[in-house]
Amino acid sequence: MTSPDATVAAAGRDGAGLPAWGGTQVCVAYGRTVALDGVTLSAPAGRVTAVVGGDGAGKSTLLRCLAGVLAPDSGTIRRPAKERTGYLPASSGIYPDLTVAENLDFRAKGYGMSRQDARERAAEYLDRAGLTPAAGRLAGQLSGGMRHKLAVIAAMLHQPELLVLDEPTTGVDPVSRSGLWWLITRAAAEGCAIVLATTYLGEAERCASVLVLDAGTALASGTPEEIVAAMPGSLRAAAVKPAGDAAARSWRRAGRWRIWDPGPGRPDPDDSAITPDLQDAVIIAAISRQQRAGGAA
Amino acid sequence: MWAMIVKEFRQVRRDRRTLAMMIVLPVLLLVVLGYAASFDVKSITVVASGPQARVAAANLASPFDVQRIASGQGRAWAQDQLRDGKAEMAVVTGGARPLVLIDGSQLFSARAALAALAGMQQRLAAHPSVIGAVVPQVAVVPQVMVLYNPGLTTSDIMIPGLCGVVLVFVGTIITSLGVVRERQSGTLEQLAVMPLRPRDVFLGKIVPYFLVAAVDLAIVLAVGIAIFGVPFRGSPAVFGLGALLFLFVTLGIGVLISSVSQNQGQAIQLAVMTLLPQVLLSGLIFPLTSIAAGVRWISYLLPLTYFNQISRGVMLRAEPIAALWQPFLFLALLGAVVVTGATLRFRRYLAPESRERGARKPAVQSQGAGA
Repeated sequence: MTSPDATVAAAGRDGAGLPAWGGTQVCVAYGRTVALDGVTLSAPAGRVTAVVGGDGAGKSTLLRCLAGVLAPDSGTIRRPAKERTGYLPASSGIYPDLTVAENLDFRAKGYGMSRQDARERAAEYLDRAGLTPAAGRLAGQLSGGMRHKLAVIAAMLHQPELLVLDEPTTGVDPVSRSGLWWLITRAAAEGCAIVLATTYLGEAERCASVLVLDAGTALASGTPEEIVAAMPGSLRAAAVKPAGDAAARSWRRAGRWRIWDPGPGRPDPDDSAITPDLQDAVIIAAISRQQRAGGAA
Repeated sequence: MWAMIVKEFRQVRRDRRTLAMMIVLPVLLLVVLGYAASFDVKSITVVASGPQARVAAANLASPFDVQRIASGQGRAWAQDQLRDGKAEMAVVTGGARPLVLIDGSQLFSARAALAALAGMQQRLAAHPSVIGAVVPQVAVVPQVMVLYNPGLTTSDIMIPGLCGVVLVFVGTIITSLGVVRERQSGTLEQLAVMPLRPRDVFLGKIVPYFLVAAVDLAIVLAVGIAIFGVPFRGSPAVFGLGALLFLFVTLGIGVLISSVSQNQGQAIQLAVMTLLPQVLLSGLIFPLTSIAAGVRWISYLLPLTYFNQISRGVMLRAEPIAALWQPFLFLALLGAVVVTGATLRFRRYLAPESRERGARKPAVQSQGAGA
């Protein structure tokens, strides 16, 4: 086997001179299905970078490339050596028939941590995650939220430089989700570069930067504010679903219909202009892409 | 009910392996059981020694098949031939009466030999003048001795073979389950990103089952010896080496099976598919020589065939390792092939760089930096 370092390119530098992990022009195809088509992502240290998109958008594929599970067909991946990368697969990577403590112990030994280090850090992270009372329980018997927390602390136990989390909060109740976010932001504050996939745009709004994926291509990227600011056209809200071609540019949200106009807004007494948020911007990006594709066809 | 039936057929059609097992297995069983395997021994290999070896050999008609005639050799040589599995019966001449030695560890051949000898004696009693006139020296009732398994007990020859079946069971079924569990729980991907070498993962996965199988083997042996009174005449070291090689092969098969199975159910199906022909075709139940040549070549691809030869040879006949070089060699070859295949398959999961896709196009630009 080649050494893990052989696949590692030199880290890029962001403005602050900190190393930025990530990928440039990453392409992956599964047979004839193109999963990623020239996607670029930068994950600076100490920041949380979110990858958002619907099912099948390519989030997991991009994360698997970053974690080193999958080799891209073309493009460059910049990641630290295996020992200093952490990965939470969508399947959680936790052994259900081991206890919480045994799971962490296996992870610590696998990453070559000293016995002392392993014990201290496991105790610390268990405490952070509120899992200390559950240390002796089988991971398979934990509640969904607790298991997610265990999976996240197991992935960050060896204090990696790059932490790749595939949907760490999907299917988790709001209380556990805030607990998970506390763990994640704390790891970022300690200097870890974090890339996470999420389907919750509300979560992505809290991240330093966001990459919006759709069908394997990047719809938008930047800080949430940048993505919103880059939204073309204008947005308005209406009480009823619009007729005509506007129907394809409308969606229901918070009990009303939102309509996106590619051009400048039209004055209409029933409609009111709305300031879009990240969720609106992502939907608009997807609609505008669909329309461009339709226009080209 | 109709909806249920349609749904069930759709599911069965998707599950190709179950379908294959439902269709192929009965046919396979029929061919093997009805056509290939039989307890009938059509030929018994014989060596003859002593001054009248040639005459004795001339007297032995079918089913006896005289392989070697050594007039200059005595009883010790003849017995060694049986011990080393070169013949199933030996005729030693030179004494007052010819001595017939039969290898009792080849149960069915031994029974057939005894029956054939009895038939010869009956004919001799009926027409003493005819045969006596042709070869007067041998026209005496020979002394018959059954060696290694004088009582011709079935358990004596089954227990050594069953040791092998137990090892196949643990080695193949339990190992394949253990590895496929890793995939089913989604932890294989986690192992792939950890800084472990594929070899470490492979060995780490196999060694525990290896130890379990070794303990199992010791238990089966102890029970066989204590309860069934099976003799252990040969060298434990030779037996141990054979068991080690055999385990190596079966564990490798287990890993191979798990690497092509998506879940534990599939793994069990495949493992049973490898277990069944081993039990039927390895010489454990049906003597190898009775299996039709068209099917017998499969026997020689099965590791249990060779382990059977080793365990019966060592336990019952105290066969030395020099005489067992063939089964040892073939076990080693099978082991090399299987373990190489298993390691390669395993590596595919653990090292993305060696995937076919990655190998075709260098995927990641290496700038030689990093750690």
